[in-house]
Amino acid sequence: MASEQQLSAIKDAKVLMVGAGGIGCELLKTLALSGFKDIHIIDMDTIEVSNLNRQFLFRQSHVGQSKAKVARDAVLKFRPHINITSYHANVKDPDFNVDFFKQFNVVLNGLDNLDARRHVNRLCLAAGVPLVESGTTGFLGQVTVHTKGRTECYECQPKPAPKTYPVCTITSTPSKFVHCIVWAKDLLYAKLFGDKNQENDLNVRSSDASSSSEQVQDVFERKKDEDIEKYGRRIYDHVFGYNIELALSNEETWKNRNRPRPVYMKDVIPIDVIGQNGNLDENSVTEDPSSLSAMASLGLKNAQDRWSLKENSKIFIESLKLFFSKREKEIGKLSFDKDDQLSVEFVTAAANIRASSFGIPLHSLFEAKGIAGNIVHAVATTNAIIAGLIVIEAIKVLQNDIKNYRMTYCLEHPTRKMLLMPVVPFEPNKSCYICSETPLALEINTHCSKLRDFVEKIVKAKLGMNLPLIMHGSSLLYEVGDDLEENEVANYAANLEKVLSELPSPVIGGTILTVEDLQQELKCSISVKHREDFDEEKEPDGMILSGWTQAPSLVNNNTASINNGASTSGTSQATPLQPEEDDDIQLIPTRIGKKRKLPNTSSASSLDTLSITTEAKD
Amino acid sequence: MDGEELTEQETALYDRQIRVWGADAQRRLSKSHILISGLKGTVIEFCKNIVLAGVGSVTLNDDRIVTEELLSANFLIPSDENVYSGKTLAELCCDSLKDFNPMVRVSVEKGGSCFHNLLCRELSNFHVDFFNKFDAVVISSCSLLTKKTVNEMCRKLLKRTAFYTVDCRDSCGEIFVDLQNYIYSKKKGDETVECLLEYPSFEEAVSVPWRSLPRRVSKLYLAMRVIEKFEELEGRIPGETSAADLLNVQKLRKELCDTHSVDESQIPDALLERLLEGTREFPPVCAIVGGILGQEVIKAISGKGDPLKNFFFFDATDGKGIIEDIHKQKAEG
Repeated sequence: MASEQQLSAIKDAKVLMVGAGGIGCELLKTLALSGFKDIHIIDMDTIEVSNLNRQFLFRQSHVGQSKAKVARDAVLKFRPHINITSYHANVKDPDFNVDFFKQFNVVLNGLDNLDARRHVNRLCLAAGVPLVESGTTGFLGQVTVHTKGRTECYECQPKPAPKTYPVCTITSTPSKFVHCIVWAKDLLYAKLFGDKNQENDLNVRSSDASSSSEQVQDVFERKKDEDIEKYGRRIYDHVFGYNIELALSNEETWKNRNRPRPVYMKDVIPIDVIGQNGNLDENSVTEDPSSLSAMASLGLKNAQDRWSLKENSKIFIESLKLFFSKREKEIGKLSFDKDDQLSVEFVTAAANIRASSFGIPLHSLFEAKGIAGNIVHAVATTNAIIAGLIVIEAIKVLQNDIKNYRMTYCLEHPTRKMLLMPVVPFEPNKSCYICSETPLALEINTHCSKLRDFVEKIVKAKLGMNLPLIMHGSSLLYEVGDDLEENEVANYAANLEKVLSELPSPVIGGTILTVEDLQQELKCSISVKHREDFDEEKEPDGMILSGWTQAPSLVNNNTASINNGASTSGTSQATPLQPEEDDDIQLIPTRIGKKRKLPNTSSASSLDTLSITTEAKD
Repeated sequence: MDGEELTEQETALYDRQIRVWGADAQRRLSKSHILISGLKGTVIEFCKNIVLAGVGSVTLNDDRIVTEELLSANFLIPSDENVYSGKTLAELCCDSLKDFNPMVRVSVEKGGSCFHNLLCRELSNFHVDFFNKFDAVVISSCSLLTKKTVNEMCRKLLKRTAFYTVDCRDSCGEIFVDLQNYIYSKKKGDETVECLLEYPSFEEAVSVPWRSLPRRVSKLYLAMRVIEKFEELEGRIPGETSAADLLNVQKLRKELCDTHSVDESQIPDALLERLLEGTREFPPVCAIVGGILGQEVIKAISGKGDPLKNFFFFDATDGKGIIEDIHKQKAEG
């Protein structure tokens, strides 16, 4: 039971919850039961079927509706006299500015992506509001508390970046199934069904050998009145047969690698057999594009089965036929969506055929969907536990009980008898560019790189700014906002396409740039250093930001996040509380802001497996 | 055993958790039957977790008439006296749980009110045959005697029925687990090894002499035994204690500590006071303990993951969630 002081702190508190997904549903329920009376909740998502196994405030009939709103209504049914304000909106909307954040006593995060977490962290720092941050994956979870100046901020420790792969691994030398998925999804699927104007590396290697790039372009275009099945076979033979032959001709590549085997349709399925399978007419009854399925029309039922090369090849042709016959209007506009059955079928089949060609084990549709959709494992129990821990920390925050703040890990296997392990929060990192004022250094080729590259690869991707403003001394180089004059907009657009050294106020070695996000109230100085050459494979951005800590990519079994990853990962370095040495049940007063120590292998070994993260609200 | 495949509907609904424990585990879950008695906050959390997970059926037992106090940590029942007047706790929770997951059969079993009333000790409504239907039995807010008796009945069945008790007081919680002889497979490096866990019954566990308990055993374990004993001696309804009982409980603590030759400081006054006084539930602790319990029942039924053996303790004041393995030493047996 909560004490009298706790109850009065709870009663008077105004809290902001960001996220109404897996953790959010549990959290809103626990806050309401605990006596919180003024809760605001933001979530931009709508409810999907795969949410219902754990987001218990939602029902089948709510699918498609706002999570924040439905969650509010559900909780008001058992606690009708409290105030819950819901926002069906993105927390990055400019309405949720520093002043908005300042009205709350504490902010509680139940988010599913790094980007939004960083954004909320910055707003909390700017508004001076404590943040309780959380994440879960499967049976693992963690809760952390962040108070400006007293404990580390969410960004004081590097966060593993979404995994990206070198281009040539994807285009020519895949060695893992995930490489085949990336190829099938980001290259082949995008090429056939996505925006035709988008740059695509699908044929990058083979075009070296081809004299005319126009010809290569034509391969993927369906000719006028070309039979869909014939077109499908042509694409199949081109990407799984011809392109592999072409790659094999480069002997250098295969010196230390297994040589792939070209796959042609005629060797897998004789031409006259195809027509007998996959009956398009069976599908003609269904009008709803989301229910179209190549599996269904081929009579394959179990998504957990691993299909043979032949079955995959049939699915490949069948799904392509269904796209061109039933969803022709969408072609050219599609982007991969893990909830689109036909897209998942096509990508699974294409990835498996490629895997087969490269001697990589094949996977089921269920598995392939998990990898392609970057799906985070999630169960209700972990979310419930984490939500309980968030409320316990939130109550301490409301009482300003800093010495008792804890970050807590929820473990799958006990460490020193503990399944729930509390740890004293760490001091702020003095070289954190978010909560301290550390200058950053940028190595870049100022004669080649455009301002656009800098904005995309550094300001947005690395610094996570939403509405950036870039200044060189007193001259503005770039700015985003609704209130700009037309000529300003044109000016900035022109600047984006200029190389750095040719900007109106040239950016060269030695220049100090100021980059600012007015919404996040975050300002950084970047000292520019000119460098001629970058290693295309190791430094694919063609620029290096230092002073900014990039984490090593997380090696995470077979669910490595792919470059669209919403998934983020948390710290793997923590110093657990030492076991109590005396026999008093009362907690030994622990110093706030204990120095972060590198874990010694014995005490932290179990923590190394803890790469927490995020509840998929997907 | 798992002849039937999951339906398309099940695969879509359970997608995210199948990615955690696999399709086989999900099939076993969907064929399992759970008995749950004593529906206070922690158990309500557990019910939600297990229904969402997709067990085959849940049978609820709690004949208490709904009161304001019983609902302090209950999110299943709409706040409307017209809805709940005259109905039992189990009946009201049943309606709401059905709604959580239409694929789970939720029903009410009346009787056995003895679980919540020490005056009725015969458990006559529930014979061994009754328990035979279940793969797991979870009981809460009940007397020491009920815990022992129900546990023994589960042990007499031909098939292995997992037994759990759970109790929360103030900001503390305790879970006890009895899986009897439990064999499960575990991945060790590249190979899968079979592990055998031998669980003592509740009676065996709580009669382990305190001197031979694990080093630095959770103080909660000892404090809970004192209070449990106190309630039994006084004939109290479980959980019906207050700060006024402290003096008598301290007396009992002295007796027990003397018998076991353990220093009284092992069971601090402050802790006893909290446990006696804090009869109103603390919802965050209900969520945490109900979450751990849900996870454990899922593990035991699905055969996936190492189950905990055999006590779990959580105290919000230090934030630790601790496992204690309490069993008779073989040499002493």
